[in-house]
Amino acid sequence: MDFSSAKQFDLHRRMVRIRLFEEAAGRLAEANKLPGFLHLYVGEEAVASGVCGALNDDDHITSTHRGHGHLVAKGGDFNRMMAELMGKSTGYCKGKGGSMHISDTSLGMLGANGIVGAGSPIAVGAAFANKYRGKGQVAVAFFGDGSTNIGAFHEAANMACALHLPIVFACENNEYGEFTPRDKTMAITDVVDRAAGYGMPGVIVDGMDVIAVHEAAVEAVERARQGGGPSMIEAKTYRFYNHHGVQNLGLKYRSDEEVAIWKQRDPIFTFEDRMIENGVATRANFDDIWAELRADIDTAIQFAEDSPYPTPDQIMVNVYTSMTGAN
Amino acid sequence: MSDDRKLTYAQAFNEAVSQMMEADPDVFCAGEDIGAFGGVFGTFAGLQAKFGEKRVVDTPISEQAIVGLGVGASVTGLRPIVDLMFMDFICVAFDQIVNQAAKLKYMFGGDATLPMTITTAGGGGLSAAAQHSQSLEALLCHIPGLKVVMPSNPYDMKGLMISCIKENNPTVMIKHKRLLGMSAPVPTEAYGIPLGKGNIIRPGKDVTIVAYARMANEAIIAAKELAEEGIDCEIIDPRTLQPLDTDLIVDSAKKTNRVVVAQEAVRFGGLGAEIASQIQELAFDYLDAPVSRIGAPFSPVPFSPALESHYIPDAKSIAKGVRDVMARR
Repeated sequence: MDFSSAKQFDLHRRMVRIRLFEEAAGRLAEANKLPGFLHLYVGEEAVASGVCGALNDDDHITSTHRGHGHLVAKGGDFNRMMAELMGKSTGYCKGKGGSMHISDTSLGMLGANGIVGAGSPIAVGAAFANKYRGKGQVAVAFFGDGSTNIGAFHEAANMACALHLPIVFACENNEYGEFTPRDKTMAITDVVDRAAGYGMPGVIVDGMDVIAVHEAAVEAVERARQGGGPSMIEAKTYRFYNHHGVQNLGLKYRSDEEVAIWKQRDPIFTFEDRMIENGVATRANFDDIWAELRADIDTAIQFAEDSPYPTPDQIMVNVYTSMTGAN
Repeated sequence: MSDDRKLTYAQAFNEAVSQMMEADPDVFCAGEDIGAFGGVFGTFAGLQAKFGEKRVVDTPISEQAIVGLGVGASVTGLRPIVDLMFMDFICVAFDQIVNQAAKLKYMFGGDATLPMTITTAGGGGLSAAAQHSQSLEALLCHIPGLKVVMPSNPYDMKGLMISCIKENNPTVMIKHKRLLGMSAPVPTEAYGIPLGKGNIIRPGKDVTIVAYARMANEAIIAAKELAEEGIDCEIIDPRTLQPLDTDLIVDSAKKTNRVVVAQEAVRFGGLGAEIASQIQELAFDYLDAPVSRIGAPFSPVPFSPALESHYIPDAKSIAKGVRDVMARR
């Protein structure tokens, strides 16, 4: 597939937005300015960007505990995201959800999720609703390699295929389930081998190559939209930071050499080199883009820091759609 | 339209679903064996023939995915009814019920609405043993974000099920398996019974019995027996356990000054404990005796009829509880 230079810039921009947001979040966490857990998406930007670049605004995605990248790629607003990470009332979830539950249903982003594997059954429900309405919307379930070992994933994949739903299962195989390497937790190398067992097609793509991811996503999303049922994409990728937080916490679960090799394949820098090589862009273009988006991040941090915390009277708000719950 | 038309508890459920599906094209049902087979208890009988496979969906035996289907479909605008055959199976789907359905709205800062009903069948008395007989309502009532409904008769079943389907929060409708064949007059038209509103089944002055689902019917039998002994029982059926109609219960306690709570679930940590606690907090000075709790012993539900018949509370054990409370000076 040949993608226009506008599409290439679009995919690039999504990746840079993720990178800048995540690195800013990492710095704030190191400065103890963010409460709670933080699972950074740095290194995996090509996956969310390549897939969400193939979606319409009214398509749905479910996400994982490493969910900021998915929301950014679906069009998330920096200000509201940063405010949520700080637990402020102006955040996406008004300070009720934080990093692990960040969401924007108006963008079809049905939430990051603190429970590994729990997003996939919800994506199946969204896909069911989309088929029910018959307006050609699709759903994408993002999930990690580790979550394919949990029962919810199996139930979701099987049900999606049994009901022939418009859904794409997008696996981010970053080779580690938290701190444990994939080869200790499953006896297969490629997650996509599981797709055939459910009766859906699956492909492996280089998850550090946004064009490769995007090509596979366009094909799978189009299949779903045309009534061709579910498919799986396994993107081989890598998280540059730790399972949570920024530093390695002294935990030696992967070697410096391994991290260095993957960082050489940085999805953004390799893509920029390619765009320059192909005459699509110049270094100056990229300098401008980074500068513009850095300014957006600075604005977002300022917005979040200036925003008020929710007041204690908000604790009981939004437990129910109307306040009829018991105390 | 005749007001004395009778329906069984199962038929009342079915009619509620059918009328709501006619009224709202966004309502659909999904679950195991509910399509052509009509559900293992017959509660979905005829619905697929009437509304088609698109709206009455047979699913794999996948409880997590069934509830997940409801979560994802409701948060994107439909109004699902998802069925978990036996109440014991909520344990298989607990992540989707407790961590997803109940919490999405809150975690998203209000940016989600989940108008879904989870239907299931609870209770013992069928020698179905420990994995098909439980009364696990207390687990659900403990979760902020869920509503929990347990009707005791066909009239309440229809009205409460209609309200569950119209409700914009995740709601669990627990049918009692031993009440499925219970027959009583049920109006033909669609009507709702507000969630969170209890019912005074029998007014009385001497003692209050709070009882729900099958135990409400056992309480009626006990009250007749006790009336012959000169004890006038007031029976309160909360109907909805979350939110609980605490006002109705406390007002009755203030009037009668003595309360017995009857539940089929194990006594420890059950709804009876919550109700007793609410009464002592809000009506302590009115009480002439400690609030008594009738419930099952702290064991799994046994299989043999010889054991199960002693295990599940009944009119006799409720009547004994009332006599004990009345004996307190």
